[in-house]
Amino acid sequence: MTKKAVALISGGLDSMLAAKVVMEQGVHVEGLNFYTGFCVEGHTHAIRRKDRAKEKRNNALWVAEQLGIPLHIIDVTSEYKDVVLNPKHGYGQHLNPCLDCKIFMVNKALAWGFMDEHGFDFIVTGEVIGQRPKSQRKETMPIVARESGADDLLLRPLCAKNLPPTRPEREGWVDREALFDFHGRNRKPQMALAEAFGLTDYAQPAGGCCFLTDERYAAKLADLWEARGERDYELDDIMLLKVGRHIRPAPHYKLIVGREEGENRFLEGYRKRFLHLRTSRVPGPLALVDGTPARDDIGLAAQVLARYSQGRDEAEVEVSVHHPDGVVELVNVAPLAPAELPAAWHV
Amino acid sequence: MSDRGTGERLDARGLLCPLPVIRTQDRVRTLRPGTLLDVIATDPGVLHDIPAWCRVHGHRVLFSRREGEDIRIRVEVCET
Repeated sequence: MTKKAVALISGGLDSMLAAKVVMEQGVHVEGLNFYTGFCVEGHTHAIRRKDRAKEKRNNALWVAEQLGIPLHIIDVTSEYKDVVLNPKHGYGQHLNPCLDCKIFMVNKALAWGFMDEHGFDFIVTGEVIGQRPKSQRKETMPIVARESGADDLLLRPLCAKNLPPTRPEREGWVDREALFDFHGRNRKPQMALAEAFGLTDYAQPAGGCCFLTDERYAAKLADLWEARGERDYELDDIMLLKVGRHIRPAPHYKLIVGREEGENRFLEGYRKRFLHLRTSRVPGPLALVDGTPARDDIGLAAQVLARYSQGRDEAEVEVSVHHPDGVVELVNVAPLAPAELPAAWHV
Repeated sequence: MSDRGTGERLDARGLLCPLPVIRTQDRVRTLRPGTLLDVIATDPGVLHDIPAWCRVHGHRVLFSRREGEDIRIRVEVCET
């Protein structure tokens, strides 16, 4: 009877190869991809006009097509919050909880794949010992297997020979001798294997596929938590951190200023929920005001906005202030000079 | 549940990929083969991603077109 494996597909080369290696052994493989809200691809390409020429493919779907397997994409944005806020194994270089993330995803794959209606026999990941400093080390491999609950039903085909035999190997569902012993950060073995499989086009994300590994993004998230006095977020919060200039003149409010047309259009979608500003007589960006600005703060916010409008060199610029209750008021302000906008305000 | 030709509609406007794909996937799962599903979205990423998702799952895209700021993609749910 054909065995069934569910493969975690990130869209990168390693998970693609891991799935392919198992498929080559006659195993029925289906892909699973998790949407955490922090995934790099997708949003940013869709928002910014300068990125519109870039191919907008979803790499995980593209990998599934190359392999000829179904891909199931699971929205885990709500549950993932606990991984980000309370990582048992801590963060990596920034706010990336990579080890907890891997445990979470394997656990979710276990729960999904072993449901009666799906009936998978084991889980496949593209992990390679030594590939990632936080989550893919010799000592973390058993931690992921144990804490996810997958135990010896978790097969890492690319480095299986460096690990104790798993049940799929012991039971002969796959041939251990046809698996690999990759280790370390050297990518040449993977590239050679890709070539052997005839796979020539694959994503090579620099710095991973998660915004939490990005220093500037992590700084904005930390700023959000500090300003709100609690470590929490909603999906809209983490989406907005990907867009615009974030300028915080005071702890109790910040501006999110669109940098170009695509971002302004994206921010438009949020305008009914935020106090927002726009220039009324000269072209300029849209700015959302997040927080609880006092009456006196609105003038300064308007000055910041005017500084990014085409009226930046004028003595005065008219700015319309749109309150969430629908009230609109007009204010005339002097655009802030660059020297009046402290670098420390830029989050 | 609707029969072929009467059509279902999924409003995914304002969502960024892959959320429109996930919503499509979850809706298709509830529909009978032969049902037509119109997905209305604003993220241009759907022009690539929804057809790709349909291909790997054996469903058909009958057309995709821009309608002002919106994008409409008609999916025919197939037996898989």
